[in-house]
Formats: sequence, C-alpha cells, structure tokens
Amino acid sequence: MSSADLPLHASVEVPPAISWTDRLHGWVATVDHKRLGVLYVASGLVFLLVGGSQASMMRMQLFYAGNDLLSPEVFNRFFTVHGTSMVFFVGMPLVIGIANYLLPLMIGARDMAFPRLNAWGFWMFLFGALLFYFSYVGADGLYGAGTAPDVGWFAYSPLTGKAFSRGNSTDYWVLGILVAGFGSISAAINMIATTLTMRCRGMTLGRMPLFVWMMLVVSWLILVAMGPLTAAQVMLLFDRFLGAHFFDTQAGGDAVLWQHFFWFFGHPEVYILIIPGFAYASEIIPVFSRKVIFGYPVMVAATCAIGLLSLGVWAHHMFVVGLGKGVTSWFVVATMLVGVPTGIKIFNWIGTIYGGKLHFRVPMLFCTAFLFQFLIAGLTGIMLAAAPFDWQLSDSYFVVAHFHYVLIGGLVFTIFAAIYYWFPKVTGRMLSERLGRWHFWLFVVGFQLTFTTMHAQGLLGMPRRIYTYSADRNWEIWNQITTTGVLFQALGIAVFVCAIFHALRRGEPAGDDPWNAWTLEWSTSSPPPEYNFAEEPEVKSRRPLWDLKHPDDPDWRHE
Amino acid sequence: MPRLRLAESSLLFVGLAFCTRVAGALSGPAQAPISTPSIFAPVSRPAVVIDAYAWLVVAVCGVIFVLVAGLLCFALLRFRLRGDDDGREPPQVYGSNPLELAWTLIPLITVFLLSLVSIRVVGELQLETRPPDWMPVTVVGHQWWWELHYPELGITTANELHVPVSDPASPRPTFLNLQSQDVIHSFWIPQLAGKMDVVPGRQNHVWVEPARTGVYVGQCAEYCGTQHANMLLRVVVHTPEDFERWARGQQRQAVSEASVAEGRDLFLRTACVSCHTVRGTPAAGRVGPDLTHLMSRATLGAGALRNDAANLNAWIQSPDHFKPGVHMPAMGLQDAEINLVAGFLATLK
Ligand code: HEC
Ligand SMILES: [Cu+2]
Ligand SMILES: [Cu+2]
Repeated sequence: MSSADLPLHASVEVPPAISWTDRLHGWVATVDHKRLGVLYVASGLVFLLVGGSQASMMRMQLFYAGNDLLSPEVFNRFFTVHGTSMVFFVGMPLVIGIANYLLPLMIGARDMAFPRLNAWGFWMFLFGALLFYFSYVGADGLYGAGTAPDVGWFAYSPLTGKAFSRGNSTDYWVLGILVAGFGSISAAINMIATTLTMRCRGMTLGRMPLFVWMMLVVSWLILVAMGPLTAAQVMLLFDRFLGAHFFDTQAGGDAVLWQHFFWFFGHPEVYILIIPGFAYASEIIPVFSRKVIFGYPVMVAATCAIGLLSLGVWAHHMFVVGLGKGVTSWFVVATMLVGVPTGIKIFNWIGTIYGGKLHFRVPMLFCTAFLFQFLIAGLTGIMLAAAPFDWQLSDSYFVVAHFHYVLIGGLVFTIFAAIYYWFPKVTGRMLSERLGRWHFWLFVVGFQLTFTTMHAQGLLGMPRRIYTYSADRNWEIWNQITTTGVLFQALGIAVFVCAIFHALRRGEPAGDDPWNAWTLEWSTSSPPPEYNFAEEPEVKSRRPLWDLKHPDDPDWRHE
Repeated sequence: MPRLRLAESSLLFVGLAFCTRVAGALSGPAQAPISTPSIFAPVSRPAVVIDAYAWLVVAVCGVIFVLVAGLLCFALLRFRLRGDDDGREPPQVYGSNPLELAWTLIPLITVFLLSLVSIRVVGELQLETRPPDWMPVTVVGHQWWWELHYPELGITTANELHVPVSDPASPRPTFLNLQSQDVIHSFWIPQLAGKMDVVPGRQNHVWVEPARTGVYVGQCAEYCGTQHANMLLRVVVHTPEDFERWARGQQRQAVSEASVAEGRDLFLRTACVSCHTVRGTPAAGRVGPDLTHLMSRATLGAGALRNDAANLNAWIQSPDHFKPGVHMPAMGLQDAEINLVAGFLATLK
C-alpha cells in the first residue's frame, strides 16, 4: 500500500522553536478544531483510566462473597461515579473529539463553522467533569469531608430528594452533567452547521463520507435528547433548593416522571454513543477490505431510521415500573423495530467484507471483534426488548452485560480501531503494529471473560448494584471469572498506553496516506497544517482519493 | 481467529443457558431454600410462562446469531488476504437492491411475529385488578426490609412471605399489592414471577401461583440506597394444611413466659418500642419489622444474617456491624441487658 503523490498535498512547515509557556498558551487558547479534538480525546482517555480503576475496585470487592474491601458507601459511590463518568466524561468527549478532528477534514473544510463556540464547548465539558469530581472533596461544603454522589448514574427519584440524599453530593452530580451538557449541545450545533454549510466544492450530501452522515444524525440526537435531561435536572434542583415537588413523592410528586425525562434522554444517548462506533467501522472496514462500502444509500437511510426510532423507545428501560399493557406493548414493538435498521447495517458491513481482500491490521482486528460483539449485544437487546423476558432480566447483571457489550464491545472497540487508524494522521507517526496486536488480544480475552460470564449472574438472579452477596448463593465462581477478565483488560490498556508513548517518541513516520485510503483527510499532510488544505479540494464522488488513484475506473461512474 | 471467538461465545451462551436449566432441575428437595434462583427454574405461573416465552426468544436470537456469525466467519476466512496476492484491488461492488430488500423484509417479518407473541404474553401476565378469590397480600418496601400484610387474615410480618401451594385442582394464587414507604424498590423472586417495581405514590401488582412447596429466595432489584444489597425476601410455599397452621400461629398475640419477664420489661422500657411492634404488649412502633413472631423467621435484617440466639444478641448490640448504614441504631445497652432483651425476643415464636 504505497501512497500516490497527490495534488492536494500541503507544503510541510518547520515551526520555529517555542517555549513551553507559549506552547501551553497555544493549547489553552486554541480554537483549532484539530487541537480541540486532541484535547477532547486526551481528556476522555484520562477519564477512561479513572473510570476503569473504579470498575476494577468494584470487581475486586465482588471477587469474594462477603468481601469487605469496600464499604457499601464507597461501593455505591464508585458505581455512580463510574457510570456517570463513562457516559458523560468518556463516551461523549471521545465521540465528539474524534468528530471534531475529522469532520472538517473529511468535508474539505478549514475549520468548524464556529471555532470559538467549539473551544467553549470543550472547556464546558472539562469543567463540568472537574466539578463532578470535585464532589469527592467538596460535597459537604466547608463542613466536612466530601462524598461523591451515590444515587446511581440514572439517579432515580425520590432517592435524589433532600429527604434521602442529604449533603450536596447529588447537586454535584446534577451540576457537573448540566455544565458538560451545555458543551455537548454546542458541539452538536457546531457539527450540524459545519456539515450543512462548509462542505467543499462538489461534496453534495450524497457524497459525504458515511462518517459525516452518521455524526450529523448523532448531532441531531444530541440536540433533541439533551434538552429534556437539562430540564429534568433543573427541576430536580428546584425540588432540592426551592421547595418544588416535581419528584417528591411525599408531597404528591411523581417518581416515574423523572424516569420518563431521564430515559427520553437516556435511550437516544445510547445511540449518540454507538452510532459514532458505526461511523468509524464504516470508514475502516472498507479500507481494510479494499472495497467500497456496500449499499451507501441504505446505510444512510438506516442511520436516519435508527435516529428517528431511537426517540420513541425510551420506556423499554421502564418495563418493570408498571406501565400497563398498552404502553408496554407499544414500546416492545418500537424497540424491536430498531433491530431492523441495525441489522441492515451489519449485513452491509458483511457485504463490504464479502469479496474483498482483508488486511487484518490492528484497526481491522478491532472492527472484526466489534462486528461479533455488536451482533451479540443486539440480540441480547432483543431479549431485553421482549417485555416479559425483561421482567426477569431488568436490573440484573444480564443488563449490565448487555450494555457493556454495546458500550465496550461496540463503542470502545471501534474507538480503539479509530485511534489506531487515525493516529498516524494526527501525529504523523504509526502506532506499533506489534503492541497493537498485544493490546487487541489481551483486551478481547479480558472483555469476553468479564462480560460474557456476566450474563450468567443475571440469569441466576443476581441484581446489579449490590456491594456484597453471601457465599450460599453460588455466584462467587461467576464473579471470579468476571473479575479475572478485568486483569486482562487492564493489561491490554497498559499496552495501549505504552504503544501511544512509544509511537510519540519513536513511531515510524506515517506519511500522508499510510493505509492507502480514500477520504479527503488522507490527502493532506500528517499532521495536517493549521489550515488543513492549502487549497479547497474539489470532489466528484464519495471516494475522491480512489478517483485520483484509479483514473481508469473512478467512482463517479458508478454512483 | 474469528472462528475461535465465535465458538467461544456461542458455546458459553448455549452452555450457560443449559447449566442454569440443569441447576434448576437438580436443585434439591422441596424444603431446602434455593439460594441461586435461576430464572430458568420456574415453579410458579408468571415465571413459568416467562420461561417458555424466554426460550422462544432465545431460540430466535440463537438462530439469527448462528446464521449471521456463520456468514461473517465465512466471509472473514474466505476473503482474507492471501500470501500470493497480486496487489490489485478487488472488484468494487456498490450494493444490491434485491439483497437490501431481503435483509430488510426478513427481519421485519421476524420482528412482527415476535411482537405478536410478546403482546399476547404481556396481556396474559399483567393483571391490574385482583380476581375475587385470590388471596391479597400487601407488600411495603422500606429501606431496607419488606413489610407484609395479609388483610384477610389479619397478619403482619416481615421479610418472609408465606403462601399456600396452588395446584390445578384447587388453585390458590396470591395477589400482591406493592407499595413503598420511601424510595423505589423492586420485588423480584425469579422462580415465581418477573420483577415489579415498588414505587412510592403508586400501587403496582404482581401475582404468584406456586406449584411446588419450598423456599424461594429473591431480593430487591432496584437500587434503593446504602443497603440495597441486603434487602432479601424469602417466599415460603406451604401445603394448604401447613399454611393454615402458619397463619393461625401468626394471628396469635405474643405469649409472655414468666421466665423472661425481666427481659420483656427491659424491652418495653427501651426505645425499641418506638420502632417495633410486639402484639400483646404496649410495643406498637411501625418503623421497623413487627417482632411478634420474630423467631418464626429464618433470618434477621432482611437476610443479612441467620436468625438464632447468638446472632440476635449480636444484632441488637450492633446492627450496623452486619448492615452498615441500617436504620436501626445500636441502643448502647450493657451486655447483660442485651442478653435479657434477646432472651425475651427469643421466646417470640
Ligand atoms: C429507630 C428505630 C429502631 C429502634 C429504636 C430499634 N429498631 Fe430494631 N429495627 C429497626 C429497623 C428499621 C429494622 C430493619 C433493619 C433492616 O433490616 O434493614 C430493625 C430490625 C430489627 C430486628 C430484626 C428483625 C427482622 O425480622 O429482621 C430486630 C430483632 C430488632 N430490630 C430488634 C430491636 C431491639 C431489641 C431494639 C431495642 C434495643 C430495637 N430493635 C430498636 C428499627 C429500630
Ligand atoms: Cu434504551
Ligand atoms: Cu433495593
């Protein structure tokens, strides 16, 4: 796979030596979408390590029946902080950050539509996250040691009311997410504006890379879903500070109202996190299969369908709250329907692979595992959508297994694929293939050990969020396998961290187009100059670089 | 490599379902508590119906898994880059409308059929009102224990639900009204019925119709605060005669033996009475479990520890030690006083 000399190439500059304060100032004050993208991804990865450590501690606590490594209070805070972090301070920044970096490059733009809003969004996210974590020292104000929130990441009322959650830990939960949420909303607005107005010449909507399409749908979902969450959080603050009774059941408020608000956000949030995974896979699988994506228009349609349907299924998280037959049936059907466009995507990826020449480099390895794991996640999702089955599975470890299959098996695996794939573009250096393979295999084995067994605990009646269980329940052996898997995952992550530092210091130079790929970001230098493209590119098809490399059989003849 | 992972996950999945089945089938004689309540070892009607339905769903998903994963494995192996590759790009295939139509319609039909079955099962199992001859029981969730009332029998107890066995000849189902005193809990006895949340300000319902005597264990399934992990509920299914005997025993007031009069007086003088009821004495607190027939129950603290004399002593001395965060304070009694109080409680059969 050698790179052709491409006309869109930017000239390579050698920056003059600058002091570290200037460099720091450069990063803090930057409005460059690429630098902000790197900041997002770097902070997301740091929080991934933090959230992962909390998970490891919880798994150690559950290794033995009746273990007393963690007190119930500490354990309950850990699962709250872990869940909240992974969704809001890991998933969101990674997804937004990767798009922030790539989206303008992929559509041949020089930056996002609103560069300063972009910077604002990042800092809102970061300070929201820091505010949330500050609860560990400050939640009881000046009067005592702090405590992190312990109400679970979906913070069901009335447990969050003043009567049951004293002190200020719940307020930190509310405010941290509220602030970070403003960041997400601004990022969504920015991505929509950029996609709709800044595409280069010739890039019609129908020629946008699938990545861009999918991030467009994700941005809309963020806009629609974030509002209700913000509203609910403000209502909760009213309850806690102004004497309102929205969720205060002792004064006639409604506990289930919170759940409707939360899951009206919470379910689309799942798609806000997994559609970007689809986006990475849809760029990476074709390149390593050496084939054009199968059924591009259908993929776009399926993504839009998933986006729309995902807004009408939220109450499948509430099948055990007592919805009544009619409502339950509606949400069963709607949820199962989401399986159809999702299935279409899997089939189209298989269609892409079929008949290709598969290069199993590290990004493709991660995508391959993703396909299997996401298939399983989808099928356990159908089981959970089947309400009567869900009455048994809901709130058990089966659910924990299911959504980790989605969010790790689906999202984290594709994020790793994306990092191995685009790291050369961002830094100009390759990540080590050898370390990457170690990372992959350790992580796959660890993931399967941990999360495949977790289904069993659920089927055997183990509810989630319990800090202890007695030995006579025979859950110990399953929990021990689960915890052992964590060790492998942690080793995998350690190798990954090494691979990054290794590459930054001694990585092989990547060149502009190390994977012989087809989208516009590979036409500029690695790393791209601040202005991305020396001159505005012009495209005639979905794969502009394919057209350049194969003038005899360009894509636009077939589209 | 993909083949390995497929084999591994599918084997585990199938094996797992199988194991839980076998474990359920093998799980001991009727009276031994089954403390690993597999959802695939149901003994009562909602759970039995759910079990059959669940296997249908698992089967459908299993077939889909085998087909799709098989296709994927085949594609991955067949089209991997060969050593003798000529370096040319493979033929570019942009899509196929018949294929897209096929893999849209077939899943749509599957979803349609599965939905119909699901709606039927939902309709069959969700009951909003109590059929006239079913025994009503009110279950009140507290942080972190269960209060149980039998309005027709005039019984109040805690953490142990007793119901008669039901056989087709003379069905005796029990209809449970779920209420909460504080936050949301969830009622879940996997072998008897699916879960149902216990929501403050609402009335939810669930019903059971156990076909086998025995003790079935479950626990609160919705996170409800510090001691969510120690909020167990045991359901004891009796033969009709045993159930009558149990009910008669529970209906009695506490009988005071002269030998523990000192302990009784001490109990009545301490703050215990502001939280606990012992019928037949002035103690009428409603904050904690009714202790009138404490010793008829198998556990203390909603399953936190076994109920015997030594544990009773230890619990009164320091409930927080067994259930950190519990809403019962250590009363700061002397050892001798604790012995007296516990001695009295130990007679409450
Ligand atoms: C402030 C209220 C309060 C006081 C005072 C109190 N208890 Fe309790 N007690 C509780 C609560 C609440 C529980 C249930 C704890 C749980 O399982 O989470 C409980 C549980 C118990 C249990 C276990 C019952 C069971 O079935 O699991 C016993 C026995 C008991 N208390 C005895 C006593 C005695 C003896 C005293 C006086 C020395 C006392 N309690 C004082 C609130 C109180
Ligand atoms: Cu959902
Ligand atoms: Cu609970």
